[in-house]
Amino acid sequence: MDQATFEPGSTLDGFIIEEAIHRGGMATLFKVRRDDDPMPMVMKTPRIGEGEDPAAIVSFEMEQMLMPRLSGPHVPKFIGMQDFASHPYIVMERIAGEPLLARLPELPLPYDEAVAIAAKIAGAIADLHRQHVIHHDIKPSNIMFRPTGEAVLLDMGLACSDQLPDLMQEEFRLPFGTAPYMAPERLLGVRDEPRSDLFALGVLLYFFTTGVRPFGETETMYGMRRRLWRDPHPPRKLRPDYPPWLQEIVLRCLEIEPAWRYPTAAQLVFDLTHPAEVKLTTRSEKLKHDPLRTVLRRRFNKELTRPRAVESMAAHLASAPIVAIAIDVAEGSPALNDALRVTASRILATLPSARLACLNVLKLGRMTIDRTLDEHGHNKHVDRLVQLRHWAEPLKLEDDRLTVHVLEAVDPASAILEFAQAGRVDHILIGARRSSVLRSLLGSVSAKVASEAGCTVTIVREAQPAPPRSAPRPAVQEG
Amino acid sequence: MLLGLFADIHANRPAFTACLADARQRGIERVVLLGDYVGYGADPDWSVDTVRALVADGAVAVLGNHDAAIGQTRVQMNAEAEAAIEWTRGQLDSAQRKFLAELPMRHEEHSLLFVHSEATRPDAWIYVTDTAVASRSMQTVSAHVTFCGHVHKPALYSLSVTGKMTTFVPTPDIPVHLLPGRQWHAVLGSVGQPRDGNPAAAYALYDTVKHELTYCRVAYDAADAAERIRANGLPPWLADRLLVGR
Repeated sequence: MDQATFEPGSTLDGFIIEEAIHRGGMATLFKVRRDDDPMPMVMKTPRIGEGEDPAAIVSFEMEQMLMPRLSGPHVPKFIGMQDFASHPYIVMERIAGEPLLARLPELPLPYDEAVAIAAKIAGAIADLHRQHVIHHDIKPSNIMFRPTGEAVLLDMGLACSDQLPDLMQEEFRLPFGTAPYMAPERLLGVRDEPRSDLFALGVLLYFFTTGVRPFGETETMYGMRRRLWRDPHPPRKLRPDYPPWLQEIVLRCLEIEPAWRYPTAAQLVFDLTHPAEVKLTTRSEKLKHDPLRTVLRRRFNKELTRPRAVESMAAHLASAPIVAIAIDVAEGSPALNDALRVTASRILATLPSARLACLNVLKLGRMTIDRTLDEHGHNKHVDRLVQLRHWAEPLKLEDDRLTVHVLEAVDPASAILEFAQAGRVDHILIGARRSSVLRSLLGSVSAKVASEAGCTVTIVREAQPAPPRSAPRPAVQEG
Repeated sequence: MLLGLFADIHANRPAFTACLADARQRGIERVVLLGDYVGYGADPDWSVDTVRALVADGAVAVLGNHDAAIGQTRVQMNAEAEAAIEWTRGQLDSAQRKFLAELPMRHEEHSLLFVHSEATRPDAWIYVTDTAVASRSMQTVSAHVTFCGHVHKPALYSLSVTGKMTTFVPTPDIPVHLLPGRQWHAVLGSVGQPRDGNPAAAYALYDTVKHELTYCRVAYDAADAAERIRANGLPPWLADRLLVGR
């Protein structure tokens, strides 16, 4: 085997090595380029010399398995690789700028800025989970941002996929990762829980809004295991002006039991981008951490900390969709609105983790100046919200499964499509108006939504009277 | 080169026909047969003839324990398997028996090892059902990938340079890159009698250039195969289990 030198100026398989930009415990990163290829690139090589950590090899192998399968704006684009048969490396797109780690001296950040950052990261996590991959090392040094704003998740060395062998699972008896960000279940050896990434993001958001790490920086096994029973100080104890809705989100991410966290990263994005819709529970009011009695119960009741079997990632994501339903409370027919409610209840009955976002579009005139108040002096926006809640009431949904939104827009279809895209909606339910003069003049909202949405769309119609039969229907079974 | 790998056909004509058609449509260039062409199923005669024709055409075929049992007087199997072997003997002519008797225990080429069961002692017919057996099997061979059948449940094991094992239940149709830095042991699902709870016939594809292994499942007319088993008076459980994949 030739020993690659990785000297600046040397060439390896067509890649011209420029300079080392990072030397870590597991790998070294070089800036590289290729003739006639304008893309900025980075070459990652594992540290495999004598006395190096064998984890470096295994985590590099894991990246070799995962990187070629990942796509989209939230991961660096994969370009090429070479395995251990010669000089092992992976070449990928180099993301410009600094990782989020560079912001640490500025902490705590203003709430709205930290929330916007967390929402972008949660969006990236949702996209990674959709591709069947759990990152397992969400932390500021592994996060960058594209000029277009998307968060990019770096370093798949600790990641795993339910569609591939997990090379790390049996390699190490102790959990491997970054101590302050590690979810409690990781300390019990669980690696197939996607919500471990939401816990890490909760740690990051806590840290970025308070300047304090919720579980400190301890790296001892005991210090790390404490998080299995000891909850962190509520952020409001550290910053009295901490918004209750934000504390609700942060503490929900930091729940010890994964099932009590957000079911999916997409649902977390939804709350981070709709603060007014966050359902406040006792979490939002907490001023101190749990009493000793609760902590002792957690510590000595092994049942609470026992690892549980996890369903497949695809099944998990599919069980917790965000369903958006467009209701025309102003001009829609009551029969159609009833039909929409029936359809929604069928979907929600089978999926206890699904959440429903009820939308109404308050149409703005293209030319006229709209007034907020109607002719009776009522606030139109508030009025619509009340009507949406009234529509949803018979569904009897728990508060954390229902949100209502009035979108003010000139074009209703575009408003619904934009909402669905930004809110990572999985399924849109929309009613089809009966043919009318209005529809033939304006075009059908439901048709535009159905043809342009990136997710599943169900068109709901009100029940029609049965057409008169010209001949008796044949018997179902003959002979 | 794209290999199509088939294990534990067990005289199931509809299942093997469906798998071969699926694999050919996906562009296989070479056929590898991992043993147990007969036993349990109702079409041993067709099965052996088909395997013989494939071998004449360049396919690799190794011996399975059911194939070996045809020529042996003392067989250690459960009652149903033994009844099926007894019945199968009467279905095969001497040329077909001779073909089975002369099959090799193992075949190795380009760092790929094909064998019916655990590789250290292939004639002991040891099941590769856990990391301990898989690890022993890999440590005694130099092959990068060992392919076997016999278990009827798909699994994929690997041995790292640090001596650690991984175990994995494959996801159908998702290619897995068998990294050259470790050794791999691929246990194929069964074409003719799947036992992992999924009644669909199982086979695999291996791309020798990209080192990618893909486990495939093919729906086939299991009711037809079951009916042929019943019609020939074979033990009814051998028919019933095809419908549930157990």
